[in-house]
Amino acid sequence: MPGLTFEQIHQKLVEKFGDAVGLLSPPKKDPFCVFAAPRLREICRFLKDAPELYFDFLEDLTATDHPKDNLIRVVYHFYSYRHRHLFIAKVELDRKDPQVDSLEPLWKAANWMEREVFDLFGVTFKGHPDLRRILMPDDWVGTPLRKDYVEAGGYLGISNVRDNPLDLYLNMDRQVRAEKAAAEAPPAPSTAPALAAAPTASPAPEHKAES
Amino acid sequence: MSLDQLIITKFGADADHEMILNMGPQHPSTHGVINFVVQADGEVMRKAVPQVGYLHRAIEKIGEIVTYPGFMPYTDRIDYLAAMFANEGYALAVEKLLGLQIPPRAQYLRAISCELNRVASHLVSLGTMAMDIGAVTPFPYALRERESINDLLEALCGARLTYNYHRIGGVAFDMPDDWMPLCRKWLDHFEKILGEWDRLISFSEIFVERLAGMATIPAEMAINYGLVGPNLRASGVDFDLRRDEPYGAYPDFKFEVPIGKAYAGSHRGGQIGDCYDRFYCRVLECRQSIEIVRQALDRFPPGEFMAKVPRKIKPEVGEAQSRIEAARGEMAYYVVSDGGERAYRVRARTGSFLAMGIIEEVSQGLMIADLVALIASLDVVAPEIDR
Amino acid sequence: MADNEIKDLKGYAHDPGASAALVTTSTNLIEDLINWSRRSSMFYLLFGLACCGIELMQTGGPRADLDRFGSVPRATPRQSDLMIVAGTLTYKMAIRCKLLYEQMAEPKYVISMGSCANCGGLFQLSYSVVKGVDKIIPVDVYVPGCPPRPEALTEGFLRVQELIKREKLKTKMRPRKQGSGAGYDLPEVA
Repeated sequence: MPGLTFEQIHQKLVEKFGDAVGLLSPPKKDPFCVFAAPRLREICRFLKDAPELYFDFLEDLTATDHPKDNLIRVVYHFYSYRHRHLFIAKVELDRKDPQVDSLEPLWKAANWMEREVFDLFGVTFKGHPDLRRILMPDDWVGTPLRKDYVEAGGYLGISNVRDNPLDLYLNMDRQVRAEKAAAEAPPAPSTAPALAAAPTASPAPEHKAES
Repeated sequence: MSLDQLIITKFGADADHEMILNMGPQHPSTHGVINFVVQADGEVMRKAVPQVGYLHRAIEKIGEIVTYPGFMPYTDRIDYLAAMFANEGYALAVEKLLGLQIPPRAQYLRAISCELNRVASHLVSLGTMAMDIGAVTPFPYALRERESINDLLEALCGARLTYNYHRIGGVAFDMPDDWMPLCRKWLDHFEKILGEWDRLISFSEIFVERLAGMATIPAEMAINYGLVGPNLRASGVDFDLRRDEPYGAYPDFKFEVPIGKAYAGSHRGGQIGDCYDRFYCRVLECRQSIEIVRQALDRFPPGEFMAKVPRKIKPEVGEAQSRIEAARGEMAYYVVSDGGERAYRVRARTGSFLAMGIIEEVSQGLMIADLVALIASLDVVAPEIDR
Repeated sequence: MADNEIKDLKGYAHDPGASAALVTTSTNLIEDLINWSRRSSMFYLLFGLACCGIELMQTGGPRADLDRFGSVPRATPRQSDLMIVAGTLTYKMAIRCKLLYEQMAEPKYVISMGSCANCGGLFQLSYSVVKGVDKIIPVDVYVPGCPPRPEALTEGFLRVQELIKREKLKTKMRPRKQGSGAGYDLPEVA
């Protein structure tokens, strides 16, 4: 069965849903189109059930963070095994409080992928049966994949920096040298210079003769 | 949420009179660091809930910090058993953004290295599956063959496990002069070993009886849950990216695509999509990989092994998606570029991540020992799940 | 062969540092017997976390065999005396790593295998990776590599055996000042 092109799929969607489906982006790289967030589930149900589209595989569900536009875009990739065609859609959400319908009732593959986007971007999916953190520890603070994420500086007492080994070595070297100097210093002031001249003269030649 | 809240949410309020066990994250048969919270009535499980994230190394965040060529070693670590595929997927996505054409010799080198890596990955998968069931002997047999593949790939690119061989625009090194006869000799040797493997474990009566009819995943469920690769094909769906959406040098090769046909036999209760089908599809895929490498070596083209790539890789604003048939299924890379030297977003969607989602559903009613066989048959590795 | 090189029974030449210690080691028969029996049957805990775990498996495999030194992999820390931390340690896994280390019985030794376990490896920019396992547990031998070849891990294993050979019965050698691992305590978990 021949697959439809991006333009043809987009055409069918525009016919059915009108304004809820945005324009197709320029086809130079991978084209995509933007759906309106309130009608997402309707459009996706049509994508899944319509016989000439029949997108039965939710290939990818991820998000990108755009602080300059104050948006978080959730990206969906759909694929159809029957017709062998692909479609990419995006939903734009407000960055302060991103919420969108969950696609879990339609494709069970969305279950874990939405949990990951919730964990790493902070997007809430309404209607998801089990929305909790998946990759980070349960008591982690913050959404790491956002552009303005700042690390907390450690976790449960483990710091997140490692000392430069060169600094450690130089400190150790300095310490060892100081200890050695302190060990050799006391004998020198105790022997008087006058006495030192006589004893060193006689033992030195004997010592050399022995060795 | 704490463990108590998790138990109430997942297992229901009547979880008091049944055992809640914790399997992992350090456990010899969870294929990496994965944790399962199991509610069990004796040996029979009600449900097994996977908890992942113990190997989350923030590779996708690092993709936004390092440059495009500098990200290649990190893709190795996304799936270290099939590192060549991860390299190739990322290279294909960035090449799509740049609009590069890859010379045919580079494409053939990519295909050869990938297919050898597929065999190596399947050997580990099959060996650990047999070991998890209890048959400890096939595991060293598989490791012995894998050592030969490691030697071949080390001669090609210098590393045994995390190869970092593919580059944006081609491959890093050309094939050495004496590599081809060594590879051919190994291919002939390995075909005999596959026969030995079948006699040792694939057709062993105890092994087949153990896995026949267990954790059957029908085709509709497999597609809905997003299973890919050998898991999907074992459930009966005839789809392989190398044949149906070809990329690289794969249009030149003739090979078959094994799909699940209840290989265990109906008299033992075998069904399409059970654990034995997933196991045997991988064995058959090894054979097909050998065929592909032979054809590639026969038709190896001369020429450049790297295209002309600009010094600083700065693609135009846009996004690209690439899909490859990795050892564990379809790996899809999604790279967003904002015109700079560093990517804006790199996303790797892996097959093991989606396979974990189905375990909670399929594990109802299995025994704890069967859970181990289920995880092994789905061939999950922790870094693919956690990235 | 220079004067300060000593070969042991297996024909393995030590570097001068180790041999100087061997010359001055006491020839107490009981100490020798105990050290020999400890180092010739070190069971290692299978703590393969990431890519280095695969090379750990290959080292236990047919070509570079760890079993010829008398060491077999054990799944539980209660039965093992060597912990080979192979792979990247994340914050989520760090508490479990410390728990496993504390569950091992004395005398216990730790090999930190690979760059990620030594210092965080190539994941210095990551927000969820512990920069070196010696922040949590004290390490005896560091094996560099990404991943280290089986030959490199075997060399690390032999170094641990040399450490055990030099041990006195009364004072167990335990590195106290490396990283800060020896001083890390598990936090109170609700």
